[in-house]
Amino acid sequence: MSQLASEMGTPLIFEQGQNGRANRYFARAESAADYLPAEVLRDDLMLPENTELDVVRHYTRLSQRTFGIDLGFYPLGSCTMKYNPRINDAVANLPGLRDLHPFAPDEMAQGALQIMYELERSLASLFGMAAFSLNPAAGAHAELAALLVAKKYFRERGESGRNTVIVPDTAHGTNPASAAMCGFRVISLRSDERGRVGLDELEKVLGPETAVCMMTNPNTLGLFEDHIVEIAKSVHDAGGLMYYDGANANALMGNARPGDMGFDLMHLNTHKTFTIPHGGGGAGHGPLGVAAHLTDYLPIPVVRASKMPNGKPTKFVSDGLTFSLDFDLPKSIGPMRSFWSNFAHAVRALAYMYANGAQGLKRVSELAVLNANYLRVKIAPFLETPYPEICRHEFVASAQKLKKETGVRALDIAKALLDRGYMAPTMYFPLLVPECLMIEPTETESKETLDGFVESLREIVETARRDPKQILDAPTKTVVGRIDETRAARQPDLRWQSH
Amino acid sequence: MPYYPHTERDIEQMLAVVGVASLQELLKVPEAVALREELDVVPALPETEIGKRFDEFASKNRAAQAISFLGAGAYRHYCPPAIMTLAMRGEFLTAYTPYQAEVSQGYLQAIYEWQTYICLLTGLDIANASVYDGATALAEAAIMALNANGRKRILVSRCIHPNYRAVLKTYCDGLDVEIDELPVSTNGGTDFAQCAELMARKEYAALAVQSPNFFGNLDAPDEAVRAEAEESGTILIGVVAEALSLAVLQPPSNWGAEIVAGEAQSFGVAMAYGGPYVGFIASKNAHLRRIPGRLVGRTVDKHGKEAYVLTLQAREQHIRRERATSNICTNQAHCALIATIYLALLGRAGLQDCATENLRRSRELATKVSSMTGCTLKFDAPFFNEFVVDVHTDAVPVLARLQKENILAGVALGRFYAEYSNCILMAATELTSSADIDALCDALKEALHVAARV
Repeated sequence: MSQLASEMGTPLIFEQGQNGRANRYFARAESAADYLPAEVLRDDLMLPENTELDVVRHYTRLSQRTFGIDLGFYPLGSCTMKYNPRINDAVANLPGLRDLHPFAPDEMAQGALQIMYELERSLASLFGMAAFSLNPAAGAHAELAALLVAKKYFRERGESGRNTVIVPDTAHGTNPASAAMCGFRVISLRSDERGRVGLDELEKVLGPETAVCMMTNPNTLGLFEDHIVEIAKSVHDAGGLMYYDGANANALMGNARPGDMGFDLMHLNTHKTFTIPHGGGGAGHGPLGVAAHLTDYLPIPVVRASKMPNGKPTKFVSDGLTFSLDFDLPKSIGPMRSFWSNFAHAVRALAYMYANGAQGLKRVSELAVLNANYLRVKIAPFLETPYPEICRHEFVASAQKLKKETGVRALDIAKALLDRGYMAPTMYFPLLVPECLMIEPTETESKETLDGFVESLREIVETARRDPKQILDAPTKTVVGRIDETRAARQPDLRWQSH
Repeated sequence: MPYYPHTERDIEQMLAVVGVASLQELLKVPEAVALREELDVVPALPETEIGKRFDEFASKNRAAQAISFLGAGAYRHYCPPAIMTLAMRGEFLTAYTPYQAEVSQGYLQAIYEWQTYICLLTGLDIANASVYDGATALAEAAIMALNANGRKRILVSRCIHPNYRAVLKTYCDGLDVEIDELPVSTNGGTDFAQCAELMARKEYAALAVQSPNFFGNLDAPDEAVRAEAEESGTILIGVVAEALSLAVLQPPSNWGAEIVAGEAQSFGVAMAYGGPYVGFIASKNAHLRRIPGRLVGRTVDKHGKEAYVLTLQAREQHIRRERATSNICTNQAHCALIATIYLALLGRAGLQDCATENLRRSRELATKVSSMTGCTLKFDAPFFNEFVVDVHTDAVPVLARLQKENILAGVALGRFYAEYSNCILMAATELTSSADIDALCDALKEALHVAARV
């Protein structure tokens, strides 16, 4: 064991166990050499062998060194870390859903197709789009699919010269990265003094090369783009398409719809808005929505429904239908991933929809916005809020003034919050706000939780003024202190090696 | 059932603090975009009814209870219950991407273990924290190669999973990259006859070969192809759709693959009608700065204590924006965690037992099916756990007839290869029983008999 490893509580799985302790879940088999020629076989594979008890202890310990929503408030801006109801996982784990092979014939997978159909139709109505594809695996993946749709759409119209994507400076980093993966040139648009896309600035960059304008609304400052209709009209007049980044959709349900704002394409992060557990950074789920003129370009396959000949009516409209996967879309951009959808996540998202219904989802967005505004107003007396107006589901605060006075930065506040049992907010994003803390409380947190968070934040700011070193040293109560990230990058150690 | 805690009193008090009279006022939007129509969303149900509704959906998926020999990139394997006990712990389940390393050491360590497992299995130097699935792993691997040598063409074997090739095409269309394909040989492997000549043009960024390939057969470029790849600066990419095969088979790095892209669904991840799964990318050290997605590194904290952290983030979209190596934001952390726990539970011997059982069962299946009148094995090549059966008549109606007996005999190859419309791709795993195989043979005999009469 290395000296490093001896200093910590949980050695790697590779540093534990003994040969001969493997769990024999299967009948002891003969040798692979009985079935295949020796020259194709390997004998170099050295994997650790641990008892089931050792493995259970190891990963239970690792879980105890990991912070999730289940342990405390997670105000991570633009990530919508709300409570993940356990009924979602329970239904996703039903054998009839869990054990279904993707090549199951349509007739024998009607329940799965019905789930996808109901989710797709509900999303289309909720967000005002003609159709959704459940094919993309995550938000960024759906962005890529959307831009591929735009590229193909313009190519087929003989407008391949449209090679530019406009992205406001408040946009998520995936927007420009997705655009680059489709060969688009990216123009970054400066926000105006109100923290919004300014029509004048936009007009300057619009032209015959404009392909897509990517926006999120509310934007990452938490502000509603109140000129969205005019913006969409300008982009459309220039011949471009409007793309809606759905990362912030938790502010909008039952309130306003991207389709009505003039967006032609959009994605959702159903793992944010519709309570799919983030699982430590995936798997996600990123439905892609399109307006009517773009439905032919959606990734394949899409779910089709037709009336059953003698379908009995029930209270669920879709019960009278039969479903199929349609791969025959000649204009489609093609498939985005191995199989049809992150289906288990579609199950979770639909279960959440059933728990709420249309009225419930409207309430969700209202209370998400209420929580954000409540926090914003409560924090404003001791931490700058650069856009002091009604926000939506999130808002930004800035530690710039505090940094000048005390040397304590946004990062230090974030680390001090970890010591107090909270996850840190998103930091240093959006880029236009110096020392930015981006806070999204979500609707599932109670007033008491928000009040407790405000008090902790106040205490951190006060401590920073009194004794900044205390905050600069944080965190001290976590299993490790601040990490030497430079060493991690300069001397990459990305895997265990036997010595 | 709503999942928000607000009482009417809370709402009143909070509105007063914010200084607005009502939620309506708080959420006011410009008149032009205000919602006008009734939303058509599924109805709200109490939790007891939600369970029933999904029970109904589940019961309509008759395929989930059928006797199945479906494989083709998604495999039914045994999952020890300890996996879910551990992976479903709320700390893992409800964490975000571990940006705050100090409170994410456990998850970061698990991903570091995943990266190590993938390196050991593929025989390569580095692996990322996972990608969406096998098909996108291939597409991202191709992009690594394109970025490495600046070329604009990719050469792929037609024996690669058709869905993977289709996804590669989707991605390449975006990048204006051309794809050329090597044909299938008569024994169900890649026909490399033209390969050296094509690569000698020095136009191809990479040559991608899958093993076991889509037909289940072991597949690899020979010494001459490898030499020409090296000579012409073409990067060899190995593709693995059935990761369990790596327990006993030499990995593609042994035939010179510098990048291996694959799918690890077999390691404990549910089939779930196609996702979520977990792709992996491993490569030689030389490609470190081009590998997409998250990487976890081991370092120290400020006290010199061992610690894990997301590293080399300068490659990524949230730092580099349009100059990033990929737009990937999420990886498949939770599926990677499941796979890591699976590998930890099985260990070397357990994994080898499992793979060897797959060899044994699939040979029992192949022997019994091919001994029937009217059925032959299409290819004479070593395979792992799936293979192609030629039924010498259109396979689609044969499969449809078996389906009525609640047997899913495999995937009709005509769907992907018109020239193999009489062929079925069949898989057997450690969960396939002799009784299943006998039931298939009985039903197949009858189905072929009927087909012969028509």
